[in-house]
Amino acid sequence: MIKLKKILPPLALITTLIAVWWIVVVKTGSVIFPTPLQVVTGALELIEDGTLWEHISSSLMRVGLGFLLAVVTAIPLGLWMGRVDGAYATLNPVFQIMRPISPIAWIPLAILWFGVGNASPIFLIFIAAVFPLIVQTAAGVHTIEPRYLNAAENFGVSRYKLYRQVVIPAVLPDLIVGMRISLGVAWLVVVAAEMIALRSGLGYMIMDSRNAGNRYDLVIAGMIIIGVIGLLLDGLMRLMEGHKSVRWRYDR
Amino acid sequence: MTDKIVIRNIKKSFSSGSESKAVINGINLTIADGEFIAIVGPSGCGKSTLMKMIAGFLQPDEGSIAVDGVERKGPNSNGILISQHGSVFPWLTVQQNLMFGLNDEHVDKAAVADHYADLVGLKGFEQHYPRELSGGMLKRAEIARALAVKPEILYMDEPFSALDALMSLRIRTELLRILEEERHTVILITHDVEEAVHLANRVVVLSNRPASIQTIFDVPFAHPRKLSDPALQKLRDDILRELGIEC
Repeated sequence: MIKLKKILPPLALITTLIAVWWIVVVKTGSVIFPTPLQVVTGALELIEDGTLWEHISSSLMRVGLGFLLAVVTAIPLGLWMGRVDGAYATLNPVFQIMRPISPIAWIPLAILWFGVGNASPIFLIFIAAVFPLIVQTAAGVHTIEPRYLNAAENFGVSRYKLYRQVVIPAVLPDLIVGMRISLGVAWLVVVAAEMIALRSGLGYMIMDSRNAGNRYDLVIAGMIIIGVIGLLLDGLMRLMEGHKSVRWRYDR
Repeated sequence: MTDKIVIRNIKKSFSSGSESKAVINGINLTIADGEFIAIVGPSGCGKSTLMKMIAGFLQPDEGSIAVDGVERKGPNSNGILISQHGSVFPWLTVQQNLMFGLNDEHVDKAAVADHYADLVGLKGFEQHYPRELSGGMLKRAEIARALAVKPEILYMDEPFSALDALMSLRIRTELLRILEEERHTVILITHDVEEAVHLANRVVVLSNRPASIQTIFDVPFAHPRKLSDPALQKLRDDILRELGIEC
């Protein structure tokens, strides 16, 4: 019942938006802009010939790899920067300069270095995802309350135990937030990266539909699918917030 | 009784900007093995700074602190600090918290942890997370975690200040019972004079900042002490008068 109350208003809004869209297209008699029904039929067409799954899975594969690379780089680096002041002072300014550079700006370099294969978009996703996660991890270590670190020092535990039972669990909630941001950005970038070259992916699908015969129904279908997958990915990351060992941070 | 902690003429000042403010101004104190010392003083007089230095988290500018004849350089598990704000790890269960300080000499860490959980009345809560406990239970978990490593010294910095009067009294009584079983040297910082005369062998009264020792009161009463005892009440009033409060 409570769930229904939460879902109902956004559902009503979405329905209204679709209705308005439909009415406007019909009233204006637009030839190019599709109605919602045309978008659905277009999407069904792609599902039937199997190309939609191909596009979705190549996009997901690129995001998965780029994001994974970012995670294995950013988390150790962020922890190190959080614990060692010298590392922070040296690296942080560099990362702060790199962070605001849009991954789109890296496209020419990516093509120069990696060509137009899969490596380019994976590199772009990595670039987009790695900096927010580094920054968030280091910030998480910095905000660990000194009383916890003091207690650990008082009991004289080993370095391994200090990381395993104090530092890492203490920053875990920040890591999850960082990974959510990072994955969101990665998904944003994969589509942009695929618009440039390649023969697969949702971004390619959108550009190709426009170029090959103004199939705006497929353009819009692609946009909606991207949005829905982005929502699902974020939901997946949010599941981690429910884990027992991080609930201390969210339940207050 | 042998000397456990010897504090010799320690001084500490903090600088903010170009100004240097003296916080501790020459404190000498010798604490015997197994003694329970309470330190009271006006708020903001530097009690916590003094405790941090004795526990090893802060180095004095001058003077020395020796524990068992060895000069203190940093904190170690011989003396555990129980801080005002509590430091039970919220991401570990009660049992994991109590096991935290145990090293590999303990064959069955969980059994040791459960023993101490039982001792402070937390039996049945071993698998709970701190956020599921009340303030009083959290404090007891913190005390149990400290006791589990069998420290020779307990440093308690206003451990009961966040609790209501009833819970504070209850935990104090429990603490006295535990101390009878397991002898520790205790240094307690408190702003509650009644708490001090209830628990301590000696009450040290500090002066205003920069803190030095103003007076030391002996509390020559055997446990269990009754708070309504006129002699105890008189001592409490004497200490309050020393702090500048007439009652």
